[in-house]
Amino acid sequence: MSERFDPKIVAFFCNWCTYAAADLAGVARMKYAPNLRTIRVMCSGRIDPQFVLEAFARGADGVLIGGCHPGDCHYISGNYKCLRRFKLLKRLVQDMGIEPERLRLEWISASEGDKLRQVVNEFVATLATMPPLNLPKRFVEWDKEVAILREQVDAAHAQEEQQEVSTHA
Amino acid sequence: MENNGKQPRIGVYICHCGFNIAGTIDVNAVCEYAKTLPHVALARTYKYMCSDPGQEMIIADIAEHHLNRIVVAACSPNLHEATFRGALQRAGLNPYFFQMVNIREHASWVHDDRAAATAKAKDQVRAAVARVQFHKPLERKRFNVEQSVLVVGGGIAGITAALEIANSGKHVYLVEREPSIGGHMAKYDKTFPTLDCAACILTPKMSEVREHPNITLWTYSEVQEVSGHVGKFHVKVRRKPRFIDEDLCVGCMECVSACVYKEPKFEDEFNEGLGKRKPIFMPFPQAVPPVVTIDPETCLKFKTGKCKSPCATVCDRKAVNFDQTERIEEIEVGAVIIATGFKAFDATRLPLYGYGIYSNVYTSLEVERLVNSSGPTAGDIVCRDGRKPKAIGIIHCVGSRDKKTNRWCSRVCCMYSLKLAHLLREHTGADVYQFYIDMRCPGKGYDEFYERLLDEGIQMIRGRAAEVTDWTMTPEEEGKLVIRVEDTLSAYVRRVPVDMVVLSVGMEPAEGADEVRRMFNISCSKEGFFLEKHPKLAPVETATAGVFIAGCCQGPKDIPDTVAQAGAAAAHAVALLDKGYVEIEPNTAYINPDHCSGCKSCIPLCPYHAIVFDDGLKKARIDEALCLGCGTCVASCPSGSIIQNLFEDEQIFSEIDEVLSNV
Repeated sequence: MSERFDPKIVAFFCNWCTYAAADLAGVARMKYAPNLRTIRVMCSGRIDPQFVLEAFARGADGVLIGGCHPGDCHYISGNYKCLRRFKLLKRLVQDMGIEPERLRLEWISASEGDKLRQVVNEFVATLATMPPLNLPKRFVEWDKEVAILREQVDAAHAQEEQQEVSTHA
Repeated sequence: MENNGKQPRIGVYICHCGFNIAGTIDVNAVCEYAKTLPHVALARTYKYMCSDPGQEMIIADIAEHHLNRIVVAACSPNLHEATFRGALQRAGLNPYFFQMVNIREHASWVHDDRAAATAKAKDQVRAAVARVQFHKPLERKRFNVEQSVLVVGGGIAGITAALEIANSGKHVYLVEREPSIGGHMAKYDKTFPTLDCAACILTPKMSEVREHPNITLWTYSEVQEVSGHVGKFHVKVRRKPRFIDEDLCVGCMECVSACVYKEPKFEDEFNEGLGKRKPIFMPFPQAVPPVVTIDPETCLKFKTGKCKSPCATVCDRKAVNFDQTERIEEIEVGAVIIATGFKAFDATRLPLYGYGIYSNVYTSLEVERLVNSSGPTAGDIVCRDGRKPKAIGIIHCVGSRDKKTNRWCSRVCCMYSLKLAHLLREHTGADVYQFYIDMRCPGKGYDEFYERLLDEGIQMIRGRAAEVTDWTMTPEEEGKLVIRVEDTLSAYVRRVPVDMVVLSVGMEPAEGADEVRRMFNISCSKEGFFLEKHPKLAPVETATAGVFIAGCCQGPKDIPDTVAQAGAAAAHAVALLDKGYVEIEPNTAYINPDHCSGCKSCIPLCPYHAIVFDDGLKKARIDEALCLGCGTCVASCPSGSIIQNLFEDEQIFSEIDEVLSNV
């Protein structure tokens, strides 16, 4: 890593709170790191754990989920459902060898543009201290390893078979 | 099903937004990049996409180039998504073959690095181009609008809004927490800058509310539960027992005279605790409705059960009813106006000004009652220690413009302090000193009022008062309260001895504002005032369609602004009702019965009970009329058989894949 590492973050923001907070940060011209790629959903409850896994698999260094504060959900309780899934997901990604710090959930209300700015900057700073996750590249390497292993296994099988043929003969 | 099955032909439009976007993002580079993306038939930039020529350009291109999908990279979809969908519709294309990319609020306004911001814009445009290919034609659903409005809060804002709506022929439910409507304004003596008598202009309106055939007035009541959506809100209102039958009571006050407490003994809330009331009382003579209320906290009948209840005996209409219980009223309304007002700053939070420590320190609201001819002293200015003040100090910005308490300016305190100075001087002839940071008198006739007060000989001392103390240093300070202040105009630290101190307390969000906000699903600013949809262009709307706000619940303001805002909110509500129908975004969810395994995982997750289980088919089904489109069930479905319109899995996955495709 000779050049400065710029982590890539996929953000899932709920329409009513965190997306609006990001709009507010914009209107107030608050400056924050440009590493975010935002995907808007109506509610944090819509965030399927597979979205998060897909983001990591496709090369995200971090995933940020933004929802309304507990009790403030536009859809009454979607954020609680999100929280439950997040807790499980955090353990899951850890078991997969992804550092749990790469997945972050924040409650950011529509009036908290400044909190959004802080969270993004902080998250970028945290991820920048870690090596790139770069799962797509690792998948290629793992595929190579698997291919090599498979070759070895195949070769061993072939040898065994030959031996069997020769002993029967 | 236009364009379905055909190859996508996507038009991409990048907005300059003057320099707002083009100043930070290389819009031409983004445009050239967009042209290279698959299925993009054309890409253009334009100075203001939302303008008429911008929209016309899209419409012309759709016709000329046979475009069937449109992507616009501009500002937040919350601002202009509807605008561009309208353009698609005018061009004969389904409005949902559209995706908006936010490169202003989320990129150009928050980043300085031109290259990074441009790269971000490219990524997000690429994702939108990928996503829009999966869009399907959708139709908005129409619902009829209930022809009535709920107004929460019966202060001047709620009263104005209720009357405006009622006069248009619509029915209004006006719900007020206190026993009478009138709010804070009913407590005031005069109003600035015209010195109109507050009661003279308010009480006719209050009576009008009571008499109006289109208004159902529920005082001593609170909203308990709200469900539904714009056009059809189901509301439960809790009517607290006042132990008096409102329909029978005529407000003759015989019961009050008959009460076993011969003298009023309990703190009178309406008079800010300066006066006393009995357990059975009417808050003030002009109260609407003009009925008494029994306070069970102080009434002997409730406390000991041993009272002979002369109040009940004396009432020939038999209006006293000790067995009255709480009632729940259920109503359906098409729109809601929230006008829950404010709470005055609690001056005990700033002990340096001695409120609650020295008896002659008053809050401005207390002084309003004191100068009021129907107040506890009948307008006689007598301090708590019985003395008639010869010198009075008014301290501004108590609980306003203060990092220790509230940062915001409460907007009205300068003006009401001047008004109180005028009234106090008129009533007592005392020397009145104003201790101010800045005089903020913007408004029609306001600065003229300030000039007038200067001519009347009010002493103006510029400086935030440091403290109020009874520690005297000279014989003339003896027995007085001393206000210590740095007079920043003369650069001199002064000690001003006075007999009476008035603290001009600021405005805070009302008690219970947080519960109200959650009930109606609206946001608040970090101060706790309710958040408008847009500070300039939608000042009385909220993020929740059909819920409007008016008055000080939105932020501190004076009576003229409150009335104007209440009128605006009423106009919005009436417009909504008059239209007769609402269109709901089609982002609801539905279940593909071929894939549903009938596992029922989704059913308990729906906050609106919109998912039902079909026992015959052994499959779940979503009632689209109840679904509000959060998508929580979609994320939970193990078989992936729930689909949310506009937020389908393949749409979101394509976005994820594309924002990361150049990693």
